[in-house]
Amino acid sequence: MPLRLNIVVPVKRVIDFAIKPRINASKNAIETKGVKFSLNPFCEIAVEEAVRLRESSKGLVESITLVSAGSAKSLDTLRAGLALGADKATLIEIPAIDDSKSLELEPLAVAKLLRAFVQKSNANLVIMGKQAIDDDSNQTGQMLAGLLNWSQATNASKVTVDETSGVVTVSREVDGGTETLSAPLPLVITTDLRLNTPRYTKLQDIMKAKKKKTEKVSPEDLGVDISSRLEILSLSEPPKRTGGGKVNSVDALIGKLKETGAI
Amino acid sequence: MVPGKDISTLRFKVIRQYKQLLFMGREYPRGYRYFRENLHAGFKKNAGLTDAKEIEQKLKFAEYIEREIAALYYVRKYRAMKRRYYDNDN
Repeated sequence: MPLRLNIVVPVKRVIDFAIKPRINASKNAIETKGVKFSLNPFCEIAVEEAVRLRESSKGLVESITLVSAGSAKSLDTLRAGLALGADKATLIEIPAIDDSKSLELEPLAVAKLLRAFVQKSNANLVIMGKQAIDDDSNQTGQMLAGLLNWSQATNASKVTVDETSGVVTVSREVDGGTETLSAPLPLVITTDLRLNTPRYTKLQDIMKAKKKKTEKVSPEDLGVDISSRLEILSLSEPPKRTGGGKVNSVDALIGKLKETGAI
Repeated sequence: MVPGKDISTLRFKVIRQYKQLLFMGREYPRGYRYFRENLHAGFKKNAGLTDAKEIEQKLKFAEYIEREIAALYYVRKYRAMKRRYYDNDN
């Protein structure tokens, strides 16, 4: 029986990379009103990699399923992923706590949701971004692999699949070199920045994506408790950099240094 | 070949290309307005072309512009990510 990949790609809707995030009035969250959101860049790379695997060898990839946990607005993000070339998408809808925002999920909750989703599907490969650019946790992929008891290859910069043996070889950039791992399926791969260059979506693909199948499930359907274990007490911006001053002579410099207690 | 038919398929291609570029202009750093005005002017300048070969040549140029803009956007995103997560020496 030839190797068939059923790929699940979890994605996240995040504040667009070009936007400078601001803290809201009550100092406990990032202001999201009127802010542009888009697909997390690392997730984009993950979707692209799944599509490239499909293009690399005919018949290798049977399905590419996107999944996202978030508010109803995450559906737009899923559509962006579908336009890149995925087949179908599932939104795990997180109920809103008030009008403006829904519950911010912790990585463990996301990993549990994804485990339940992956187990329900017939997936044998998960490709996901190594981290989201909003909370920068870099935890979900690792937790998911642990919960599923699958192999994991994080921060991938190159992925190759051996179609006869079903062994996946992954290169990762580590300090001072490249590490190469190989593991049999099933496997969780998290993507690094240099894995590939995501294509720019064609307008026609966006139109086609509108016809692709999407479904919604709730965390209860998956039997997962998503309540938070942590509470964010406050958020603050890093201190503003104070400007330097010019000194005219060596003596003035020494004087300044003595003033600040450096010498 | 029916001469009229050839032109009408090209016409369709040109419109599709124009729409794709307009769509890409929404993210243009100097703003959508600037982008649209220039794009419109560029297409308008060649609106009177009737020679199929010439139109195809211009279409190729439009595709080239599309690739360039896509590359510009990609590099912008890549650099932002690189600065944020991979440059440790600043």
